[in-house]
Amino acid sequence: MLDKVIKQKLVVIGNGMAGIRTVEALLERAPDLYDITVFGSEPYGNYNRILLSPVLAGEKTVDDIMLNTADWYEDNNITLRKGETISMIDRRTCEVVTEAGERVPYDRLLVATGSNPIMLPLPGKELPGVIGFRDIYDVDRMIKASTDYRNAVVIGGGLLGLEAANGLMKRGMNVTVVHLLDTLMERQLDPVAGGLLRKSLEERGMVFKMPAQTQAILGEDRVTGVRFGDGTELPADLVVMAVGIRPNFELAKKAGLYCERGIVVSDTMQTYDGRIYAVGECVQHRRQTYGLVAPLFDQAKVCANHLAMKGFATYDGSVTSTKLKVTGIDLFSAGDFAPGPDKEEIVLQDANRGVYKRIILKDKKIVGAVLYGDTIDGPWYFQHLRDGTDVSHMRERLVFGAANLGEGGVSGQNSVAAMSDETEICGCNGVCKGAIVKAISEKKLFTLDDVRAHTKASSSCGSCTGLVEQMLAFTLGGDYSAAPKVKPLCKCTDHSHDDVRRVIIEQQLKTIPAVMRFMEWKTLNGCHSCRPALNYYLLATWPGEYRDDQQSRFINERVHANIQKDGTYSVVPRMWGGVTTPSELRAIADVAEKFNIPTVKVTGGQRIDLLGVKKEDLPAVWADLNDAGMVSGHAYAKGLRTVKTCVGSEWCRFGTQDSTGLGVKLEKFMWGSWTPAKVKLGVSGCPRNCAEATCKDVGVVCVDSGYEIHFAGAAGLHIKGTEFLTKVETEDDCLEVIVALTQLYREEGWYLERMYKWCDRVGLEQIRKRVVDDITNRKALFARFAYSQQFAQTDPWAERASRGVDRNEFAPLAELELA
Amino acid sequence: MTRWIEIGALDDIPRLGSRLVRTPGGNIAVFRTESDEVFALDDRCPHKGGPLSQGIVHNKRVTCPLHNFVIELASGQAVAPDEGCTHTHPAKVENGIVWLSMRQAAAVS
Repeated sequence: MLDKVIKQKLVVIGNGMAGIRTVEALLERAPDLYDITVFGSEPYGNYNRILLSPVLAGEKTVDDIMLNTADWYEDNNITLRKGETISMIDRRTCEVVTEAGERVPYDRLLVATGSNPIMLPLPGKELPGVIGFRDIYDVDRMIKASTDYRNAVVIGGGLLGLEAANGLMKRGMNVTVVHLLDTLMERQLDPVAGGLLRKSLEERGMVFKMPAQTQAILGEDRVTGVRFGDGTELPADLVVMAVGIRPNFELAKKAGLYCERGIVVSDTMQTYDGRIYAVGECVQHRRQTYGLVAPLFDQAKVCANHLAMKGFATYDGSVTSTKLKVTGIDLFSAGDFAPGPDKEEIVLQDANRGVYKRIILKDKKIVGAVLYGDTIDGPWYFQHLRDGTDVSHMRERLVFGAANLGEGGVSGQNSVAAMSDETEICGCNGVCKGAIVKAISEKKLFTLDDVRAHTKASSSCGSCTGLVEQMLAFTLGGDYSAAPKVKPLCKCTDHSHDDVRRVIIEQQLKTIPAVMRFMEWKTLNGCHSCRPALNYYLLATWPGEYRDDQQSRFINERVHANIQKDGTYSVVPRMWGGVTTPSELRAIADVAEKFNIPTVKVTGGQRIDLLGVKKEDLPAVWADLNDAGMVSGHAYAKGLRTVKTCVGSEWCRFGTQDSTGLGVKLEKFMWGSWTPAKVKLGVSGCPRNCAEATCKDVGVVCVDSGYEIHFAGAAGLHIKGTEFLTKVETEDDCLEVIVALTQLYREEGWYLERMYKWCDRVGLEQIRKRVVDDITNRKALFARFAYSQQFAQTDPWAERASRGVDRNEFAPLAELELA
Repeated sequence: MTRWIEIGALDDIPRLGSRLVRTPGGNIAVFRTESDEVFALDDRCPHKGGPLSQGIVHNKRVTCPLHNFVIELASGQAVAPDEGCTHTHPAKVENGIVWLSMRQAAAVS
């Protein structure tokens, strides 16, 4: 028996961030597919190159920025050959050749050779004291120079140059920055922001010479100065060239791989030789080269997927954002901000506060943003930029940021940078700023998911997500790799919610295992995130056909009650439209006493909550409530919850319509339906709006001439007034529109996506068109909802209390007397 | 010596589900995987004591219903980066009958 399978050989040239990130992603997907060997020229392990600036500035040490330890390579059976350079790729024999002449065979080759600093071809560029800014070696030389010498000249007023200049200045040198153009960081900043940046750097003691062209570097044994095009000279003991980077593709080019400004790769990160992949700064993809980390990570993911033979992911380029890592200067830039005839700009400038914001719009979408002084909303703008959100509805307040639009969540108003370490960021899990920053830097976290996993921050209600993203951006600078454009449903798959919903219909998939098989799930039975989502999608797509999978339901929906912190449950019977009777109240009181239910509480949704019920008592509690004519209130469900009403024209002297009656009618028609997330309704009898209908998922405000229908409100994590959908004249029309709207949401919403989020994503106009304007479509939606209600409107309590459904769920398997 | 106690039929535990066994020392959750393996753990999440028996079972793991801690059924260990461990008990299936060993007192809680 041969129990040892001969694995394919993967050779990686380059032990940098892109190459190793690819290997990490590959190991996640296919841990045993390859024997992996990594060659790295530098005598170090893999480190975070982008954090070289803080090392230079003395804010971090080299140890702080190491990413993978020797143990990591060992644990994953990766052969690391550091300090060894590959001098040739022999494509004919599929081997790489080391400088020492050793030939190492490969089945697949990954080229991740990164980039080199551009050294201007100036006279004197070989003199000692003239260096680039690229690796730990350069940083060491700069640190050493700062102790021995006084005067430094940095050529290049871009991101890298300014960070180098800042670092040298912090180490006590006199620094002059020489820049060819008259705007600093002209690739990321417009002249106004560039000017603000220059001013604050000058205040810190940095000197600028710009616009200026360097003509020669002076000196005999070592650099002594720099001469410019205008004939002037500056003394210098250290010259740092930071004018840019050039993809390092010599090796690939010599091997005959097609290169232009970088190694040209396809959307699957393959070079012209299908066995050879390339990622990172050395590649050119769709005419673009990248020098930031986030795109490299996107590429790494796609490349790993392909290497793992999963083969469905493609890379279609990245939009990047930049943050200058100079402590105390807040600057953010993203996207395209060059002026153009089809672009519009929104500008806010407050010279006194040192704040400048410029948002560039095109076709109602954000295409670029430059922020200076107040960058708190950078990630938020960037998110909308990448998502291509239609921002016309928030245009007038856009420049004031997320907090002003109610999207900042509970504590989104404050800039993270200004907060103390003790400030609580995640109110749900009690995580402070200091703990998050510490985890990010000590555990080398890059993504929101990493932070959630390690600190629990942002992992519950998610309202602090914006803050946590800011902290990532703030702590890591340009390193921060924001969530991918298309979010996978969960970690078990690379497919998005939309993909899954579409494929379920196209392929007529009718069970969870069928979906997982067809869509190549990465895990055996999915997880607690994807199984409930798939169960809902199947249920909503195939009413009457799909058999609800109880084991894929969260406990609350499986036992039709809400689990509490001590493992007991709460029970909320339905009170139609918030109306009850003496006999119902009597029955509730009796149940509470009979079962020693410790807490009876009135809910915000106009019903009564019985808290602290033991699981084994649930069926008996339900039986008693059923006997009094009450059914489940679905207070635990991703489904229709309450319809809150005011008393309306029946009693109220201001009431214009029978709001209570309409609420009851809506609830009787819609109860029992499952939806992507909970749905709460409200019906107010007049514009005084006592039922608070305008912060519900769907709200009706009665007026004398009919019914105004509003939707997409929220009053939880976010506070958001509803959007006006339409006005109708009769109760029947009102019911039809609301039901059609809910059905559209059922068919298109992502699991756990509340109606207001769904509306944000697909757009109010789109929804109105299909639910209000297109009457045929409205009626079809209504009919589909009505059809699925046939199968949904069975009281789950009655089934379990008297018909023995799920009997096993509520009783122990065994009771043992002796331990 | 291991003392095995019969606790019920395998079919009475749903696949990818769990049932409770009550003992004087505390509740024990008995899990059944998709491939009909059984595992027994104290019904207490190491995080905040949540009843693991009420969680969603996937592969050989269970997610606690309270705060989504994921626990390895075989070892009782929380999946990294979470930390913590739940006491496990030997369990086996023979001819469709589930057996539990009370080698040690269940939860000392």
